[in-house]
Amino acid sequence: MREITYVEALRECMSQEMRENENVFLMGEDIGVYGGAFGVTRGMIEEFGPERVRNTPISEAGITGSAIGSALTGMQPIVELQFSDFITIAMDQLANQAAKLRYMYGGKGNVPMVLRTPAGSGTGAAAQHSQSLEAWVAHIPGLKVVQPSTAYDAKGLLKAAIDDPNPVIFYEHKLLYKTSSDDVPEDPYSIPLGQADIKREGTDVTIVATSVMVHRALEAAEKLAEEGINVEVIDPRSIVPLDEETIVQSVIKTNRVVVVHEAVKRGGYGGEIASMITESEAFDFLDAPVKRLGASPVPVPYNPELEKAMTPQTEDLIQACRETLQRA
Amino acid sequence: MLKSVELLPDKSKDELTRMLKEKWTIRYFDEKVDEFFAKGMIHGTTHLCVGQEPTATGPCSVLRDEDKITSTHRGHGHCIAKGADINLMMAELFGRSTGYCKGKGGSMHIADVEKGNLGANGIVGGGIPLATGAALTSKLKNQGDVILSYFGDGAANEGSFHESLNLASIWGLPVVFICENNQYGMSGSVKEMVNIENIAERASSYGIPGVVVDGNDLIEIMNETHKAVKHAREGGGPVLIEAKTYRWKGHSKSDARKYRTREEEQAWKDKDGIKRFRDLLISEELLTEEEAENLRKQAKQDVEEAVQYAEESPEPGLDTLLEDVYA
Repeated sequence: MREITYVEALRECMSQEMRENENVFLMGEDIGVYGGAFGVTRGMIEEFGPERVRNTPISEAGITGSAIGSALTGMQPIVELQFSDFITIAMDQLANQAAKLRYMYGGKGNVPMVLRTPAGSGTGAAAQHSQSLEAWVAHIPGLKVVQPSTAYDAKGLLKAAIDDPNPVIFYEHKLLYKTSSDDVPEDPYSIPLGQADIKREGTDVTIVATSVMVHRALEAAEKLAEEGINVEVIDPRSIVPLDEETIVQSVIKTNRVVVVHEAVKRGGYGGEIASMITESEAFDFLDAPVKRLGASPVPVPYNPELEKAMTPQTEDLIQACRETLQRA
Repeated sequence: MLKSVELLPDKSKDELTRMLKEKWTIRYFDEKVDEFFAKGMIHGTTHLCVGQEPTATGPCSVLRDEDKITSTHRGHGHCIAKGADINLMMAELFGRSTGYCKGKGGSMHIADVEKGNLGANGIVGGGIPLATGAALTSKLKNQGDVILSYFGDGAANEGSFHESLNLASIWGLPVVFICENNQYGMSGSVKEMVNIENIAERASSYGIPGVVVDGNDLIEIMNETHKAVKHAREGGGPVLIEAKTYRWKGHSKSDARKYRTREEEQAWKDKDGIKRFRDLLISEELLTEEEAENLRKQAKQDVEEAVQYAEESPEPGLDTLLEDVYA
């Protein structure tokens, strides 16, 4: 099948939705002729015009809040924030407005919006342009949180996010933008939120990995296979809602689990996943403590070696799996 | 319609008398709420708009049904002026299942999205971007609807105010920003927190018209909002209106009002916008003293009935706790 990049998959999804549904429109900084900080919206203003591809001033709270207001009154906006770190500036509107309006209003009113934003380190963008803050928003009831790891997933999950009647925070990853999937259908398709994907089947240890860590987990699995260790890699794809069942069943099968994300380990969503596993029926099947990997508790440093040292790498995953199997 | 003053919006005698009654309803509603909080009959907190009735009734009276508002933490008056059922409002304050939010929102979150009330808001300035977005919907869908965004003098120092005015201006959105300058953001006097005479002057920074009105003069408020709404509806973009008003009560239920004098309070009470409008309608011979008194009594009675409705309404079942987080 067709091979396209993660960026192309996102753009194709948005373009297809905008052709079909006049309520869908884009708002964001430099998304017009510039094509977005990472080129995701390149060419879209030429097709859809400036009314539907709205280039905004640098006002993250204002544009996020306007998106919420327009969603509440019948539109389906997609907001692009240039870097997910800037979500901090939009946080009141997300946490206090978008997430809560429906509940506060007794079920009257929906906020069908998507906030797309690139997260993650590895590009030398340093402390204010490299964070992974998904746990912040995952903590807030009323928001959904998606983290696609492949071009195929990006296209299908974005369609599901656009179609969802709730506010969805859609975390893209800068290091994944240029990666490709060779199996992306041209026709629109939807991947339901809350449905994990088993990226690799295995029997000896489960790695639950999100976003860019899925790829490191797959690399680790390849290397461990050479030692006769058979790793299963699960990508939750969305952390809210979380597909607990797929994770629990995998752990029941493998009896060992490593949870990994790029975000700082302390207070990271991996803690939630680990707790969920130990509170589940999988607890009785565990042959080793649940292992958790995440970034060191420091701001993301600029120096490339320091930056790399901060976040879990393939070698760290290999080591973690070995420890879990008492083969360290 | 009126002989002594010019009135721009086309209002019949019935509409004008309805507006007088509405202002009394707002006042009695909030006085009743004040009484219940003092007695501990309803919990949480509340922010009363006694003294600010004209800025609720006037602007909403020039809207069409399809037009929308966003409101504030001090929003009971706005809700009533946008056509809310006071029975459902009082039930919400009592936390009952029949309330506007099924007992989950309370005083600061009353909304009626279908009727164009996009909600009160507990975050100062929180509703201003929402109004801007609703105006964007109106523009993108060519609806012709205008959005009125209420906020206070305190909100004019929030980033959301500045970002929204700028966005609405560059995009020419049909939104009218109404600043109810009631002189205090909790204890912070506007004289202490703002270094300009009129908040409306900030409009010029965004290239939009800014107007100051007397918040106790219903006719002036109606005229200026009428012009602003017309301007916005015809594609002229946003307008900022600042109404100078005063909240007679404290900020919320536990406020000893140490930051202002009783003399200052009395001076504003002497300018009571309800009495002023009542006297105008009588002098214009649209209403007799007796008819006015009957309207006032009826408003008071309506509030009593709302209390009865609320008291008789059931509590929400605990099984509703998890409902309506997600659609």
